[in-house]
Amino acid sequence: MADVVTMPKLGFDMAEGTLVRWVKAEGDPVEKGEVIAEIETDKATVEVESSYQGVMARHLAGEGAELPVNAPIAVVAAEGEELSDEEIDAMVGGTGATKAEKPAPKAEKPAEDDKTPEEKPAPAGEQADEVTPAGGVRSSPLARRMAEDHNIQLSKVDGSGPQGRIVKKDIEAYLESMRAAGREEAAEKVGKALQPLTAFTPGEIPEDEVVAMSRLRQAISRRMQDSNQNFPHFYLTRVYKTGALMQLRKELNQLLPEEDKLSVNDFILKAVALALRQYPNLNASIEDESHLRHHGHVNVGVAVAVEGGLMTVVCKDADQKPLRLIGREVREKAGRARDGKVKPEDIEGSTFSVSNLGMFGIDEFAAIINPPEAGILAVSAVQNVPAVEDGELVIASRMKATLSADHRVTDGAEAAEFMAVLAEYLEEPLRLLV
Amino acid sequence: MARMTMREAISKALWEEMERDERVFIMGEEVGVWGGAYAVTKGFYDRFGEKRVRDTPIAEAAIVGGAIGAAMTGARPIAELMTINFAFVAMDHIVNEAAKLHYMFAGQFKLSLVIRAVSGGGRQLAATHSQTPDAIFAHFPGLKVVSPGTPADAKGLLKSAIRSDDPVLFIENATLYQTKGEVPEDEDYLEPLGKSKVQREGDDVTIVAYSKMVPAALEAAKRLADEGIEAEVVDLRSLRPLDMDPVIASFKRTNRAVIAEEGWRSYGVGSEVSARIYELAFDYVDAPVKRVAQAEVPLPYNARLEQLALPQTEDIYHAVKEVING
Repeated sequence: MADVVTMPKLGFDMAEGTLVRWVKAEGDPVEKGEVIAEIETDKATVEVESSYQGVMARHLAGEGAELPVNAPIAVVAAEGEELSDEEIDAMVGGTGATKAEKPAPKAEKPAEDDKTPEEKPAPAGEQADEVTPAGGVRSSPLARRMAEDHNIQLSKVDGSGPQGRIVKKDIEAYLESMRAAGREEAAEKVGKALQPLTAFTPGEIPEDEVVAMSRLRQAISRRMQDSNQNFPHFYLTRVYKTGALMQLRKELNQLLPEEDKLSVNDFILKAVALALRQYPNLNASIEDESHLRHHGHVNVGVAVAVEGGLMTVVCKDADQKPLRLIGREVREKAGRARDGKVKPEDIEGSTFSVSNLGMFGIDEFAAIINPPEAGILAVSAVQNVPAVEDGELVIASRMKATLSADHRVTDGAEAAEFMAVLAEYLEEPLRLLV
Repeated sequence: MARMTMREAISKALWEEMERDERVFIMGEEVGVWGGAYAVTKGFYDRFGEKRVRDTPIAEAAIVGGAIGAAMTGARPIAELMTINFAFVAMDHIVNEAAKLHYMFAGQFKLSLVIRAVSGGGRQLAATHSQTPDAIFAHFPGLKVVSPGTPADAKGLLKSAIRSDDPVLFIENATLYQTKGEVPEDEDYLEPLGKSKVQREGDDVTIVAYSKMVPAALEAAKRLADEGIEAEVVDLRSLRPLDMDPVIASFKRTNRAVIAEEGWRSYGVGSEVSARIYELAFDYVDAPVKRVAQAEVPLPYNARLEQLALPQTEDIYHAVKEVING
């Protein structure tokens, strides 16, 4: 089997090298460990040794060419192996000598792609990496896991490994480019790129600036001040075991189309809605000095960060809806809220709210009640933390949530029971499916 | 600490344990009057006498079988096999008795038995005297298999083996006898059986090795470091029980591994370690695990061919380059 020799990385910060001289001409036999070429980096001239044994079949770059690390520079064939130009082109992903500046063979076009599996020789003795993997993209298990963690489609990533295999450093490079481009899809998971310091010149102190508050900002100011000053809040925090929930979510998402994939928050909304059904005092409002209104509907509000402030979109009758519909409804309404196209019914009628800052890695926080509701649940990040289970120290998935409740309507013990029932739903999440 | 050869370290461990516990005795070919085929027991005969340093006939089945019997009655024998190749003659005793008696007699007998055996090639002793069949013995539950790569570990592990109540096959590589290193002089210096050890730290690739491949891996790591590749070298030290924890911890950082052994690749130590990496850390695999091992031929007598067939520092170096680029 022939092998592609690539521009080696000869130092930590080496990005490209110049091919100074070919030591092995085309047709020369090559031993493992023999010098085949000389490469000049910005630090030194270095000899490139072959990791393969065979015959130098083709130079893919001329002397003097500047090539990035991992660009194919030569093909070494097994002794006696005849390779056509087409075969060599296919091996390096359609790049001939003239296109050798392309950093890596494309993952989508491995050498054997044009053959169907049936046409291939029997798999006996065939090396595992010769087989085109399911899905058509070669990738290492680590790369696949990283892609899953970061919601990356592997087909978008260029692979730099043998035959275009996507490896860890390719995923890292992709994430880096996403950060640099500030792309929304990845930014949510990856974190936004640091803003350039254009607004800041060291040594220069800008004047104070008075800016107008938007109508939304004014509304938030008013309502939050009213709530925090006038309604007696109390706070209960509980740690939830989220291992089963994360596993269930993973399994369900494998069954769901891209547009219906469930977020952790969708599960929390459903769990909160079911728990509220059991605790009517938390799904209530003050009617007058001597009456409470227990709401018939369980409409869970979801705090959504929008330009210049925050809105609460409503998932109506969340206790009655399957997760998939909850997810869809919240996504649609949150999308409209962010785009400034929110409809009145999107934000009216919530009876309890959930504020989730988990995606920002927040460990714990308390929220202010959205009046006239009786409570709000502040949800933090799902994290792997050291935990004690059955007397053993283990790494476990955990999430903290803090309930802010209105003491006029409910009390600590009742609210604590509510948090415990929530645990039943979140920690045994199959309950959310029936 | 004292600087000494692995031969001296092993000799020291035997001597100290003989002094410490009179139930410990040695039996084997040429161990007494001659002082050992590899001069490990030089001077022992004069100090401890013929009852505790027993020359035997050239009959490995009798050496191991006799040692097992002695162990069952409460002695702590150290049976020496001039080479591990002769262990095949004693296979029934090793596999069907030493490895099983404690289990089959429901713990009525403890076998505080050490079998020392010399393994490895490279000395032009030809195909039947140059094998590295270590993995075969690690196949059997009930038998501990230990093989050190440094003089310090040789001393600490051998002393633990002698003090252990379980049968231990202690495999020494003849080409390592002359290697030198710092060895603790403490008479109670013990290294735990069944614990792997990181002999060099690094973040770019994990090299798993044992016995003779440990110095080879360290040498390869030195060359790689010159090129900016930092290899972590994990020394298995025991093939059974096999401690994968340091290997997996390392692999989860480096995502790439090369496993080096002197024996043949097929059904070998590398096969086992590689399988466990895929079982225990599949999601951390970034490139196929590579194995460095002996060419699959009976080892040639011709010196050059012999060296070509045996795994070398060079092979480890190139394997690392391949997994780094792959």
